[in-house]
Amino acid sequence: MKKLNPFYLVVFMFLFSCGKEIKKEKQQNPTANIESNVAPVVKKETPLIATYDYNSLAPLLNKKGDKTYIVNFWATWCKPCVDELPAFEKINENFKDKNVEVLLVSLDFPNQVESQLLPFIKERNIKSEVVLFDDPNQNVWINKIDSTWTGALPATIIYTKDKRAFYEQSFDYDLLLKELQTFIK
Amino acid sequence: MRVLKTVLVLAVFALATAFTINTTKKGYEVGDVVEDFSLKNIDGKNVSLKDFKKAKGVILVFTCNHCPYSKMYEERIIALDKKYKDLGYPVVAINPNDPIASPGDDFESMKKRAKEKGFTFPYLFDKGQTVYPKFGATRTPHVFILNKIKKKDMVVSYIGAIDNNARDASAVSEEYVADAIDTLLAGKKLTTTKTKAIGCSIKVQ
Repeated sequence: MKKLNPFYLVVFMFLFSCGKEIKKEKQQNPTANIESNVAPVVKKETPLIATYDYNSLAPLLNKKGDKTYIVNFWATWCKPCVDELPAFEKINENFKDKNVEVLLVSLDFPNQVESQLLPFIKERNIKSEVVLFDDPNQNVWINKIDSTWTGALPATIIYTKDKRAFYEQSFDYDLLLKELQTFIK
Repeated sequence: MRVLKTVLVLAVFALATAFTINTTKKGYEVGDVVEDFSLKNIDGKNVSLKDFKKAKGVILVFTCNHCPYSKMYEERIIALDKKYKDLGYPVVAINPNDPIASPGDDFESMKKRAKEKGFTFPYLFDKGQTVYPKFGATRTPHVFILNKIKKKDMVVSYIGAIDNNARDASAVSEEYVADAIDTLLAGKKLTTTKTKAIGCSIKVQ
C-alpha cells in the first residue's frame, strides 16, 4: 500500500493543477458570463411582459455564470408573496453590484396582467426583473423545478453554478440575507 | 481492516441519514390509515369521518374562501360531490387557514361563501389548525381521497390536484380525482396516486 502513495500523489497534483488552470481561464474570459445571460431564443416577448412556459423558463433557473441567482415564485394574489417582496427588492438593491441576480417569476393569471400585475410593478416601483410564467402543465413542471415542492406559493430557489437550494417558505430580509450568505464566497 | 472500518462508518452514516429522513416525514402518505377528527361544520354541528357510515370513502378537500385557486375549483368540487356522493364518495371540505393570518377565511365568511356558491357538502373549520398538519396538507386546494377498508379504516389512496388545468376547466385533459374514484369504484388499483398543482400556502400566525 505504502509503495503506491507517490503515484497517487502525482495523480492528485495533476488533477489539482488542472482544476486551477480551468478556474483561471474562466476568470480571464468575461465573455463566458455574458453569453450565459443571453435570453433564450424561444422566449416569447409580448409588448406587456416577457412570458415563459416551462421549457423557456428552465434556462433562467439553471444559469451557468459566476453569479448567485435568486429566483422567487410569486403572484400578486398571494398575500405572503406580496409581504416578502420588499425583502427580495432590498437584496436586489444591496447585492446587484455584488454578483447577485434576483428574478421574480410571477404566476399571475395572464388575463390579469394588465389589471393586476403591471399596475402592481409600477405602483411598488419593483426594480428586480419580473417575468410571467404561464404553463398549465403544473403536475409536470413543479417536480422539474424541485421534486420537494408541493406547489404552495411563495417558493424560492437560490443557486450558483455548483450549489442549489429550494425553499417552500416565506422569507424576511434577515433570513434571506442569511441564506444568501451561505452561497456567497 | 482499515477498509472494513471505512465501510462500517459509511454504513452507519447512511443508516443515520435514512433514519433522519424517515423521522422528518410530514403527514400521511398514500396507504396510511387516517386518524378520525371532529370539526365544526358551517351548520354548527361537528362532523367526523365515522359519520359517513354508508360511504365507501371520502373526497377530502382542503380549501378556503380567499385563494383564487380554491375559487377556480369551487364549481368543480360541487360537481364532484354531486356525482360521487350517491356512488359512495362524498366531498368533505376543510378550511385549514388561521382566520387572523388569512382575512376572509373566518367561520362566518365560510358560511357566507358556502351559501353564495351553493355548497352541497360539509365545509369544516380546522379550528386551532390541528387536522391539516396530520395530513401534511400544504396548500389550498389540496385533495386527499380516503378509501374505506374493512368497513371502518379510512386509508389515503390519493394525494394531489383535482385535475390538470386550474384556470380553464374546458381545457382539462386529465381528471385526476374523478379518474381515481372511477378506478376505486371499479375495484381496481390506482395508477396515479400523487399529483401536484400550484396553490395558496396554508396560512398560520
